[in-house]
Amino acid sequence: MKKSVILVGVGGQGAILTAKILVNGLISKGYDVKMSEVHGMSQRGGSVSTQVHFGDKVYSPVIGKGAADIMVAFEKMEAVRYADFLKPDGIAVINDYALQSATTSAGLAEYPEGCVEAMQSAFKCHVFDAAGIAASLGNPKCMNVVLFGAMTAVLGMDDIDWEKIIRETVPEKFVDLNQRAYWAGRNAISE
Amino acid sequence: MVKGSVFVLRYLLSGNEAIARGAYEAGVKVCSAYPGTPSTEIFENLPQYKDALYCEWAPNEKVATEMAYGAAVAGVRSLTAMKHVGLNVAADPMFTASYNGVLGGFVIVTSDDPSMHSSQNEQDNRQYAKFAKIALVEPSDSQECKDFMREAFEISERFDMPVLFRSTTRISHSKSLVEFGDRTEVPAKEYVKDVFKNDCSPGRAYKKRVKVEQMLAELEEYGCTSPLNKVEYGDGEIGVITASIAYQYAKEVFPEGTSFLKLGLTNPLPMKLIREFASKVKKLYVIEELEGFMEQQIKAAGIDCTGKELVSNMYELNPQRLRQMIYGTEPEVKELPVKAVSRPPTLCPGCPHRGFFYTIAKHKDVIVTGDIGCYTLGGNAPLSATHTCICMGAGLSAGAGMSKAFEVSGHPKKIFGVVGDSTFFHSGMTGAVEIIYNRADVVPVIMDNHITGMTGHQDNPGTGFTLQGEVAEAVRIEDVLRAFGYKKVLIVDPQDLAATEKAVEDAIASEVPAAIITRRPCLMIKRIKHDKGLCRVDPEKCIGCRMCLRVGCPAVSIVNGKSVIDPTQCVGCTVCAQVCPKGAISREEV
Repeated sequence: MKKSVILVGVGGQGAILTAKILVNGLISKGYDVKMSEVHGMSQRGGSVSTQVHFGDKVYSPVIGKGAADIMVAFEKMEAVRYADFLKPDGIAVINDYALQSATTSAGLAEYPEGCVEAMQSAFKCHVFDAAGIAASLGNPKCMNVVLFGAMTAVLGMDDIDWEKIIRETVPEKFVDLNQRAYWAGRNAISE
Repeated sequence: MVKGSVFVLRYLLSGNEAIARGAYEAGVKVCSAYPGTPSTEIFENLPQYKDALYCEWAPNEKVATEMAYGAAVAGVRSLTAMKHVGLNVAADPMFTASYNGVLGGFVIVTSDDPSMHSSQNEQDNRQYAKFAKIALVEPSDSQECKDFMREAFEISERFDMPVLFRSTTRISHSKSLVEFGDRTEVPAKEYVKDVFKNDCSPGRAYKKRVKVEQMLAELEEYGCTSPLNKVEYGDGEIGVITASIAYQYAKEVFPEGTSFLKLGLTNPLPMKLIREFASKVKKLYVIEELEGFMEQQIKAAGIDCTGKELVSNMYELNPQRLRQMIYGTEPEVKELPVKAVSRPPTLCPGCPHRGFFYTIAKHKDVIVTGDIGCYTLGGNAPLSATHTCICMGAGLSAGAGMSKAFEVSGHPKKIFGVVGDSTFFHSGMTGAVEIIYNRADVVPVIMDNHITGMTGHQDNPGTGFTLQGEVAEAVRIEDVLRAFGYKKVLIVDPQDLAATEKAVEDAIASEVPAAIITRRPCLMIKRIKHDKGLCRVDPEKCIGCRMCLRVGCPAVSIVNGKSVIDPTQCVGCTVCAQVCPKGAISREEV
């Protein structure tokens, strides 16, 4: 068995922490895991992707086009940008949230209409307002873990104790917030 | 994880974390580097071992390499690390260290950046090992990053040469599981004055030239049995010779039964081992990312193989690209009716560089030569303030060349050369001297944000702190410039647009050599308490003129014809407020 998850978004949205929780959970079940991150220039508000590849034995830390089983999109235009990384039968978890890019806010291009609808026309998608849920929990920054919670519902590895993994991965003062964010995200798409 | 009957702890580490751990376990004692993506985290992970070793940031890669090599000459195991282009700066000491050899082991880590995620070119630094006639060690995952370090130090001491240890972005920045070992304390070897060994003046270099070839020949022999090079025999149909991250991709792509010769010591190539492997398979591939470094040598040795006929020498590989190139398999992808527009990296909201770039861009007759750092982003729209970017330091010296060219062609132009504080210490200082000495019509602008920003906030000689967290003498940029002969050094807060404009005008009008320091700390420096606020637009006053968009702040956009500022991103720097012609933007404290 080999599976891969691609997390896409904008530098600074917290994709790396999300991937870390995922990876720690997979390791706790004895999976071989490789994860690739982006550092340096593209972190400064640019488009970023983090990939997690796991199974009984995996070699490559990166996947290519048409190879991801699950996509978690922190921003809806980024879902469209990386859509060709998803397998045709892959599943996307999409934050119904738009962030302007330098190009659009400078008026050099229009932010595209219909990103979510385009994804839905091609893939099985779970679309929800993770940003809104995070804000209602009192801290917009936990949006990443809200998305993570939703992703675990799709991943279907329910024998992993994600609450415990979150406790072990995030700083102590954010454990409670992130555990609530996890459940809020998970319930948002299982309902 | 259970291994045999013993419970073995494994840690999820990036390649860079594992290289740091490996150097520690190998008994390294002195380490010096200059930050550069994708190598930076190697040294960020060394201070945790500071009870056992000394580590530092040097002003540049050449200084770092000379410093670490000096420690090896004195008898201890030493380490330097840099991004691929850093080795261009450090090439000089490396080439001669090859002749002089070492007393303590000396390892130079180069982190290459295929696909140029954070770099200005895609050079393949394996060529440097062959060029400098030194050993090349290439790990393919985090465990090997750690384990191969120990081996690299042993090779360095046994074959009396520096070892080039090459990772790539995907090795440095991907995480996989690593088993730790214990540190081996390697006592310092006794240093005795040995002028023949340690002095490479021409007569001695002439004699040592022979030793360099002898050592390489012995190393090649060693490579045929080294644990770094391993053979996995399959059914004898297909054989793949590979190394580095390409090994991981090839393992995903080639069918069951494929034989692999996986090389970890790739210069000199173990040609006897390669020949033997080649003789046992029917079809031989050489799979490597970037140049055909191994393939060309294998073909030159008369061994038939396939490689770059199919596998591009451009951009990083991945399993899907490799499968497509070897087997012609197109990936199954779904086309969408909507396309994403580009999302390039940008200066952060509140970035101190924004105010200077906005100001200088209004001077259309001025040419601005840029440099490497966060401020490289000043070349992007809408600021479009800088017009060149070449390498570290060229912001000043290439500016000098442009000014002379315009002068001799009879069309003199004013040049502003831009470098950051860390880049100034790296190699901007020599350019600043060039400008003074040869009277180039260039105004050096040192964008002092008090940190090495783009690589993730490392200290530098101007910040007052060292890598080990100790307080240091902060080198004052204004004192340096004055000592060089800049009679007018204008220090300005770049967030104050009127003051910045005045400094630019003063520098242009100056009869004496002038330089500008734009000084405001980066907002991401954690030890400084920043004065944050929030800017808001009064929609009654906003006329939708879009002037505020010209500062290129990610927090500012236009919604329904009016300017809107995203409160989750804004830090209240007021640069947008200062350009608003209607006073529609105001700042409130938070």
